Amino acid sequence: MARKTALPAEVTIDARGFHYRELNEEIRRAAGRGARTIKVVNVNGQRYIGAGLGPGVRLLLHGTPGNDLGAFMDGAEIEVFGNAQDGAGNTMNAGKIVIHGQAGQIAGLSMRGGRLYIRGSVGYRSGIHMKGYEDQVPVVVIGGRAGAFLAEYMAGGRLYVLGLEDPPCPGRIPGNGPFRLPPRSRSLTGIYTGTGMHGGVVYIRGEVPPHLLGKEVAVSEPGPEDQRVMEEDLSDFASCFGLDPRTILGAPFVKIAPQSHRPYGRFYAY
Amino acid sequence: MSPDSRFPEAPAPPANPERTGEADTPRAFPSTGTAGENPPAVPVQDLKKKTRQKPTPFRRMRAAVRLHPDFRVIVDESRCTLCRFCVLQCSWDALDFDGRVVSYDENCVGCWRCFAVCPTYAIRIEPWPTMYRENASWTRFHATNVRKQAATGGKLLTGMGNDKPYPVYFDHLLIDACQVTNPSIDPLREPMELRTYIGTRPDRLDLERYRIEVLERKPAARGERGNGDLRRKMGFGPLLKLETPIMFAGMSYGAISLNVQKAIARAAQEMGTLWNTGEGGMHPDLYPYASSAVVQCASGRFGVDVAYLSRAAAIEIKIGQGAKPGIGGHLPGEKVTAEIARTRMIPTGTDALSPAPHHDIYSIEDLRQLIFALKEATRYEKPVFVKIAAVHNVAAIASGIVRAGADAVVIDGFRGSTGAAPTMIRDHVGIPIELAIAAVDDRLRKEGIRHRASLIASGTIRSSMDVVKAIALGADAVAIGTAALVALGCTLCQQCHRGRCAWGLTTQIPELVRRVDPDEGAELLKNLLSAWSGEIKETLGLLGLNALESLRSNRERLRAVGLEQAALDILGVKPAGR
Repeated sequence: MARKTALPAEVTIDARGFHYRELNEEIRRAAGRGARTIKVVNVNGQRYIGAGLGPGVRLLLHGTPGNDLGAFMDGAEIEVFGNAQDGAGNTMNAGKIVIHGQAGQIAGLSMRGGRLYIRGSVGYRSGIHMKGYEDQVPVVVIGGRAGAFLAEYMAGGRLYVLGLEDPPCPGRIPGNGPFRLPPRSRSLTGIYTGTGMHGGVVYIRGEVPPHLLGKEVAVSEPGPEDQRVMEEDLSDFASCFGLDPRTILGAPFVKIAPQSHRPYGRFYAY
Repeated sequence: MSPDSRFPEAPAPPANPERTGEADTPRAFPSTGTAGENPPAVPVQDLKKKTRQKPTPFRRMRAAVRLHPDFRVIVDESRCTLCRFCVLQCSWDALDFDGRVVSYDENCVGCWRCFAVCPTYAIRIEPWPTMYRENASWTRFHATNVRKQAATGGKLLTGMGNDKPYPVYFDHLLIDACQVTNPSIDPLREPMELRTYIGTRPDRLDLERYRIEVLERKPAARGERGNGDLRRKMGFGPLLKLETPIMFAGMSYGAISLNVQKAIARAAQEMGTLWNTGEGGMHPDLYPYASSAVVQCASGRFGVDVAYLSRAAAIEIKIGQGAKPGIGGHLPGEKVTAEIARTRMIPTGTDALSPAPHHDIYSIEDLRQLIFALKEATRYEKPVFVKIAAVHNVAAIASGIVRAGADAVVIDGFRGSTGAAPTMIRDHVGIPIELAIAAVDDRLRKEGIRHRASLIASGTIRSSMDVVKAIALGADAVAIGTAALVALGCTLCQQCHRGRCAWGLTTQIPELVRRVDPDEGAELLKNLLSAWSGEIKETLGLLGLNALESLRSNRERLRAVGLEQAALDILGVKPAGR
């Protein structure tokens, strides 16, 4: 067996031809041997990149990472120069994922902490079941638009939909099967936005027609405290993509929050 | 609580805040003491004084939805020492003290706590003597439910497992024994092997000859081996070693109290078996027992992070539960205390919602994706179990799960228990565990993939003989939930969902939780497992077997009484006498 030698702080891995298991093992090995920034080129659909990865490592992915990017991630940073597929940030606990393109379904599913920034649009069921408790608050920012079931069952955290123009992206729109966003003229989100939501908050830069909202949420104007966190989150988002935060914050936002902590509290007879 | 307050005054539910628990801040319960100890000297005026409420204004339809009490509490005043211990111990507001012990029978759930703590056996709890006019079709159960639902408009909710008189196939199976022609084995003298390994076995055994280089690379774990000796090539997945084939079923922090989890966890660790966190995450107090924990990753993803996954012995993806196949779960907000909210990472007091499906699993392929996401996140060091409810096509589903890469399939039969489930679903959905195990074992064997995953059976394992029969039908191990709670005091009153368990089991009220001592509870559970293990060894002896492994799927050693041909075919068991 080759003796373990310390690697330079920045290494490059060519993912061409790698199965995900080999690629992830390679990434973990590099991180274990001291690489702090790992550039992975020719990423082509490999799943679970960065799964469970702890703090102190930064992955730069060139290409299209596969499903469950950064699943259960625990502090690492990932930057994707391209699109991501389904399940980006699935049950992520800490860290940061920055996607310069678009992302598929269930982005940020059950996120518990950390940040997920997507420059473009996302598919269905984004941010569902997000958690949050006291100072551990996950933040998802979707630069473009979102599909149906956004923030369903959300229990904590902050989710933004900004409705910016999608960046020009090479290749197809990601996602399984036919993946279609609502027409631009209609809305930034799809139907069932916030269904079953009982915690957390969604900020949308623009209007949401009431028929797209779940029964459990109420729409209001962001207050001063909201403005403060929005400014903080969106300035960070803008700096990741070289955008001007003032243009983003300049437009009016609406705040979507649960009406009740117990949307299903009266279902039962005892 | 007067009987009158049960009736709705306005059309809006709930009819009774006490019953739904919403407006209810439970009073302080004394935590100390069990039967036989000196009762605390509490002055009468310190006890919560309850007076019968004034009768509510007469409403014509009140009588239509009136429920009569299930039980009546009779205090034998010639024996009662007026110690008031029963009053202090009742968490259901069914007893009060007014110079003598007064009962509010309509609140009694028949949990027997007052009887168990009464030093003089002065309390008797009887079924309420006046019944509706029942008949075989319209039983009291149905009539009561109709009244409840007419009054509240709610879905019926309950706890524990299915209590309806469906056939219990375990009770129709009999075990073989050796006589004359093949000797039985004396378990007192001979070693009996109950050790069970859970996990994926390789397709074939690959051996390699030791060479010096190999020796240098990986020194032999045990003993001296020379150059040229045979040894197994690596390639086994992670296997879990159980010293007895009885595991504890998933019961979450939230559904049961932390003290109960501690008792179970300690018993499991000391007996060399596994306990299961359920889907509510793992409280930091349980970290010392994490090495024998199965941690659940359910559709709510409560408390799931890399640390949680990595400190466990195994990870279980919970797809379904025998008591409520195909639906999600709501941990009622009353049970979501600050500690539970922290463990689950949701706001305090909200209902903890587990949706019906995992929203990232809509197919077997998606299940495979989550299985391997968990394996990747834990570097393939942890076996991944998949738990499903026993349903009609369970064999085909289990086959898919095994092919998706699960290391064990946990099958929960329709009599399995729950902390809270809609009554109608608990009682009418799913299939019995005995048939499910036999069908799954058959199917996996026919497809040649039985070795790829272990099979764990749960859903009313009531005795060591249920364990033996489940294993003879094809299970590798079983999991017990209700049996463990009964060992800790549960009297099957089916009120788990109301969060006021007088035995301190399915509650989060601190004064009630303290009624379970984790150390003593662990002793009770260890006794139970030892007793059952002893009986299993004895049964192996009379079967002429010395290892549980030889009984696995050995259906020739079972015979059936009183089963129709179709059941015999599915179970793969001959009728008794043949």
